[in-house]
Amino acid sequence: MDANGILQIVVFVALICLLTPVIGGYMTRVYDGRITALRWLERPLYRLCGTTDTEDQHWTRYAGTLLLFTLAGALLLYALQRVQGLLPFNPAGLGAVAPDLAFNTAASFATNTNWQSYGGETTLSYLTQMAGLTVQNFVSAASGMAVAVALIRGFARRSASGIGNFTVDLTRSVLYVLLPLCVVGALALVALGVPQTLAPYAEATTLEGAKQTIALGPVASQMMIKHLGTNGGGFFNVNAAHPFENPNALTNLIHMTAIFLIGAGLTNTFGRMVGDMRQGWALFASMGILFLIGVAVAYGAESAGNPALTAIGADQALSPWQPGGAMEGKEVRFGIAASMLFSVVTTAASCGAVVAMHDSLMPLAGMVPLVNMMLGEVIIGGVGAGLYGMMLFVLLAVFIAGLMVGRTPEYVGKKIEAREITLAMLAVLAFPACILGLGATALLLGAGSLQDAGPHGLSELLYAYVSATANNGSAFAGFGANTVLHNTLLGLAMLIGRFAVIVPVLAIAGALAARRPVPVSAGTFPTHSGLFITLLTLVVVIIGGLTFFPVLALGPLAEHLSLAAGLLF
Amino acid sequence: MLSLLRPALVLTGVMTVVTGLAYPLAVTGLAETLFPRQAGGSLVHDNGTVIGSDLIGQTFTRPGYFQGRPSAAGTGYDAANSSGSNLGPSSRPLVDAVAERVNTLRAANPDAPAQVPVDLVTASASGLDPHITPAAALWQVPRIARERRLPAPALRDLIHEMTEGRDLGLLGEPRVNVLRLNRALDARWPLSS
Repeated sequence: MDANGILQIVVFVALICLLTPVIGGYMTRVYDGRITALRWLERPLYRLCGTTDTEDQHWTRYAGTLLLFTLAGALLLYALQRVQGLLPFNPAGLGAVAPDLAFNTAASFATNTNWQSYGGETTLSYLTQMAGLTVQNFVSAASGMAVAVALIRGFARRSASGIGNFTVDLTRSVLYVLLPLCVVGALALVALGVPQTLAPYAEATTLEGAKQTIALGPVASQMMIKHLGTNGGGFFNVNAAHPFENPNALTNLIHMTAIFLIGAGLTNTFGRMVGDMRQGWALFASMGILFLIGVAVAYGAESAGNPALTAIGADQALSPWQPGGAMEGKEVRFGIAASMLFSVVTTAASCGAVVAMHDSLMPLAGMVPLVNMMLGEVIIGGVGAGLYGMMLFVLLAVFIAGLMVGRTPEYVGKKIEAREITLAMLAVLAFPACILGLGATALLLGAGSLQDAGPHGLSELLYAYVSATANNGSAFAGFGANTVLHNTLLGLAMLIGRFAVIVPVLAIAGALAARRPVPVSAGTFPTHSGLFITLLTLVVVIIGGLTFFPVLALGPLAEHLSLAAGLLF
Repeated sequence: MLSLLRPALVLTGVMTVVTGLAYPLAVTGLAETLFPRQAGGSLVHDNGTVIGSDLIGQTFTRPGYFQGRPSAAGTGYDAANSSGSNLGPSSRPLVDAVAERVNTLRAANPDAPAQVPVDLVTASASGLDPHITPAAALWQVPRIARERRLPAPALRDLIHEMTEGRDLGLLGEPRVNVLRLNRALDARWPLSS
C-alpha cells in the first residue's frame, strides 16, 4: 500500500459522495414525472403499449408486464445469436452460436448478470453485440431501476392500490437517465482512446515483421452502458482489462464512477421520495462501511505480493519505478490500487466487469469479491437491485430491533407485518439455496471444468455459482464454464437469483403501498441513527457470514493458509 | 394476458431500435467525426502500412528491442483473442512458468540485477498489455546497451523521457509504452548502423 494508492481510493469515494445527491435528486424528478422534455416521444409509445402515464398498476400487473417483457427480450437475443451468420454487421464472418451457449447468454443478459461463457471477439457479430447485448444492457438495468422505484413507492404512498406503471418507469429510466448519460460518457471514452467503429478487424505488420490481427468494433457505446447499468458483459473476452475497453486510468475512473452512480443515487432518491433524506444517507453509510472494509482487505492482500514468486526471483517490492505487488493477471497502467478498487466496486455493485483477472488474485483478495456477492450485492449493488436487496435486510433489521424491544416493527412510517417478513425471508433464502444447491450439484457432476487443483479449484466453481446467482457476471475465468452442464445450471442460477427476489419485492411493495402510515412517536426506533446503521450492517454480515463461512473456509481461507505455509497445488 | 403481452412486445421492438441501433450508430457517427483516430483504434502507421496500435502490445523477441510482458492471448499478443492466464496464486503451473521466465531473462540479461521486476515475469490481464513499468524497462538497459553499442545513461534518459506519468498526476501508475519506446529507439539509433 502506498500514499498515492490510498489517495486514489479517497478521490473515488469523495466523487461518489458528491454525485449521489445530484443524480438522486434528478431521478426523483424523473420518476415523479416532472421531467417532460421527451413527452412527445413518450405519449405515442404508451398509446402503442395500450397504457397511459396516469395508469397505476397493482403489483401483480406490474410484475406480469416485467416478466413478459424480460421473456420477450431473452427470446429475441437467443434468436439473434442463432442466426447471426445470416445477418449484416458481421465483418468477421462469425457463425451461429451453439444452443446451450446462446441460452446461457440470453439468460445472462436478460437478468442483468452478463456472465460471459462466450469470448466476445471470437463468438459474437457486431449486430449481436449492438441489437442484442446492448439492448438488454439498457432494459435489464431499467427493469431493476423500475422495481426499486416501485418498492420506494410502496413505502412512500398511503393507502394506495398501485405501485406505478412498469411501461412508464422503464421508458423513463432509459430515455431520461441511461441514454443521455451513455451518449455523453461514450463520447468521452472515445476521446480518451476507446474505439467506436463498424470497420473490420485491422491487419497490422509489427515492428518485428509478424502479422497481428487487431479486433475492433463499436466498443465505447457498449462500455458506457455496461458499466452505468451494472451489466458488465465485455465487448472483448478479457472485459475491461482490454486496452481498448479501458485504455488508461482516467477511463478506469469513468467506468468505476458509472458503476456506482445510479445505485448510490437511488439511496438518495429513496430518502427524497419517503420525505426524509436522512433515511437515504443511513443506507448509503451502511453500504459505505462494508465497501471500505472490502477495499482495505483486497488492496492490502495484493500489495503484499505472492510469497511463492518472491522466492523464485520476482521483485514485488514497491519502489519509485514500480508499484510492485502481485501482478499476475493485472495491467501495468492500473497497478495494484486502481485494479483492486475496481475489483471491489464491480462486485459490490452487480457489475461484473473486470480490469484484473480475479482468478489470479491472492486468496484473501479474491475472497472479497466472493463475499461482496454472497452478501447479496447490497453494497451499492446493481442498479435498482442493490436498493431493493438492501431493503430486504432493512426489513429484517427493524424486525429484529422490534423483537428486542417488544414493539411492532416500523420503517419510514409503515408498520412491517408478518407477510413482509415472510416474503423478505423467502427472497433472502433463495440466495444460499441456489448457490449452495446448484453449486453442490455442479461440483458432483462437472468437476472436470476446474482448472486449478487444491482449494483454489473449489473457489473457482463457487465463484461461478455465486456470481451467476447474484447476477454479477464476473468469473474466476480459468473455470471452464462453457459446457452444456454449466451453461444450463448457471443459466438457471441467474434466472432464480433475479426473479426469486424481484417477485417477492414487488409483492412487498404492493402490501406496503396499501397500508396507512403510522405517526412517529417517542417509541419509534429512529432508522437514521448510528445505532440503526450499525445494526443493519451487522445483520447483512451475520446472515451472509453464517450461511457461507463453511464453504469460504474450504476455499479461499484454506488456500491462504496453504500458501503461507509454502504449499502449492 | 394479451394486455400484458402488448407492452412487452412493443417495448422490446422500440427499445431494440432506440438502444440497439440508433444509440450505437449515432455514437459511431459522432465518434468518427469528432475523434477519428481514437474511434478507429489508435492505429500506428509507418510509410502507409499499419504497424500496430498505440494501445495494444505486440511481441518483441529480438535482443535489441525492449521486451513486453508475458502474454496469454493466443500464442502471445493475439489481438483477436484476448486472455489472461487465470492461474490461481497457489498454482504450481503458475510458479513453474514464472521460474522459467526468470531463468530465461537472467540468461539473456547477465548484467542485470538478479531480482527481476514482477511485471516482466507475470502474464497481464488482457494478454495485450502495451506497457511495462519503468523498473522493467530500466532492468533491460544493460542488454540493449550491449546490443546497440550505446552508453547506458543515454538509454536511461530515453526511458525517463518516454515514461508516462499517472493520469492527472494521480490515477493509475507510471508506465512505458513498449512499442513507442522501441520506435523511438529505432528512430534515434537504428539497429543496422
